[in-house]
Amino acid sequence: MPSLKDLKNRINSVKNTRKITKAMQMVAAAKLRRAQEAAEAGRPYAERMNAVMASLAAGVAGSEGAPRLLAGSGKDQTHLLVVMTAERGLCGGFNSSIAKLARNHAQELAAAGKTVKILTVGKKGREQLKRDWGHAFVGHVDLSEVKRIGYANAAAVARQVTAAFDGGEADVVTIFYSRFQSVISQIPTATQIIPAKFEEGAATSALYDYEPTEEVILADLLPRNVATQIFTALLENGASEQGARMSAMDNATRNAGDMINKLTIQFNRSRQAAITKELIEIISGAEAL
Amino acid sequence: MAGNLQFDLVSPERKLASVPATEVQIPGAEGDMTAMEGHSPTITTLRPGVLRAVTAAGVQSFVVTGGFADISPASVTVLAERAIPVAEATPAVLDELLAEARAEAAAALPADKAQAEKTVNDVAALREAVLKH
Repeated sequence: MPSLKDLKNRINSVKNTRKITKAMQMVAAAKLRRAQEAAEAGRPYAERMNAVMASLAAGVAGSEGAPRLLAGSGKDQTHLLVVMTAERGLCGGFNSSIAKLARNHAQELAAAGKTVKILTVGKKGREQLKRDWGHAFVGHVDLSEVKRIGYANAAAVARQVTAAFDGGEADVVTIFYSRFQSVISQIPTATQIIPAKFEEGAATSALYDYEPTEEVILADLLPRNVATQIFTALLENGASEQGARMSAMDNATRNAGDMINKLTIQFNRSRQAAITKELIEIISGAEAL
Repeated sequence: MAGNLQFDLVSPERKLASVPATEVQIPGAEGDMTAMEGHSPTITTLRPGVLRAVTAAGVQSFVVTGGFADISPASVTVLAERAIPVAEATPAVLDELLAEARAEAAAALPADKAQAEKTVNDVAALREAVLKH
């Protein structure tokens, strides 16, 4: 049975924790709005890019001279997994669910006899994958100093990825990130970016003039498309992270409130018990006289 | 009087313009072109240069690098890797672009060398053109 003083300290400490989680929740809410705006601002570009790429790719697909980024290197031996997570924790299952998806994927590939390489973006995913897949790490991109993710950050990651592909160090590249659905739901997603895949049926039927030729445009756009997809993923991830943190902190705040109530009841009971005990002692003392 | 076409300029980070325009001058990879209403559907890549849109409210100019333009009879959509309104393109910004292009050219593989050097020249020309105004 804890003493009254212990209980009082306990209540105060939980109250402080609640203040912190409440503050984090509000900060996350403000950041979420900004992250969502950024994700939305990037959407038109990604959509148009995808539409044009799909129609271009449909025209070139199957032909002999298709660019390697589209057709692949002809093998699927080495898989590069780009795992994008947050730089910070305290955001519920956000980082773990991405890491879990990547881990499962890596295990499947390894079981099928493929070589797995992992490039991590964001510290938390690296920490979680280190134990099982530390030997497969080929690099890490640190974004902890970056306040606002810009296209330049994505382009840098894309350069690393395409360099690995061009150098024959990877045949298939897949990115792992969390798609932002709503504040309470973020979906860990795996998307293959090299060789590029496009949704069928998106192709426009209009007959375009191409300047310069279709192939040259495609060769120019494919690397950009890789960067765009990575950028979109980073933005989605940013929004997801804040959303996950917001709901995690909301839960934590509520739990802290429940705990304070429980402890307060316990505190009041103990105090009352002490008072009753003293009274009994006094009364029985008086009766004895 | 020529009709209007819908002009959209988007970069990965934001939408810079979405207005009706009477004509849009595009710095295409193989030379400048002007798109007006009824232009045949064309897709062209961009070289670093100045994009001008003539709208009812006047001429809007943007410095663009990399990307492509999707022209159809009723609309022009420019997807630029980087797009900056000319008013924001200070000498410092342009110098940075030039430095970046040079660094890229220096790091380029032999196969891409010519292309990268052409980009450097384009950026240098762009810088001159903007600074003159």
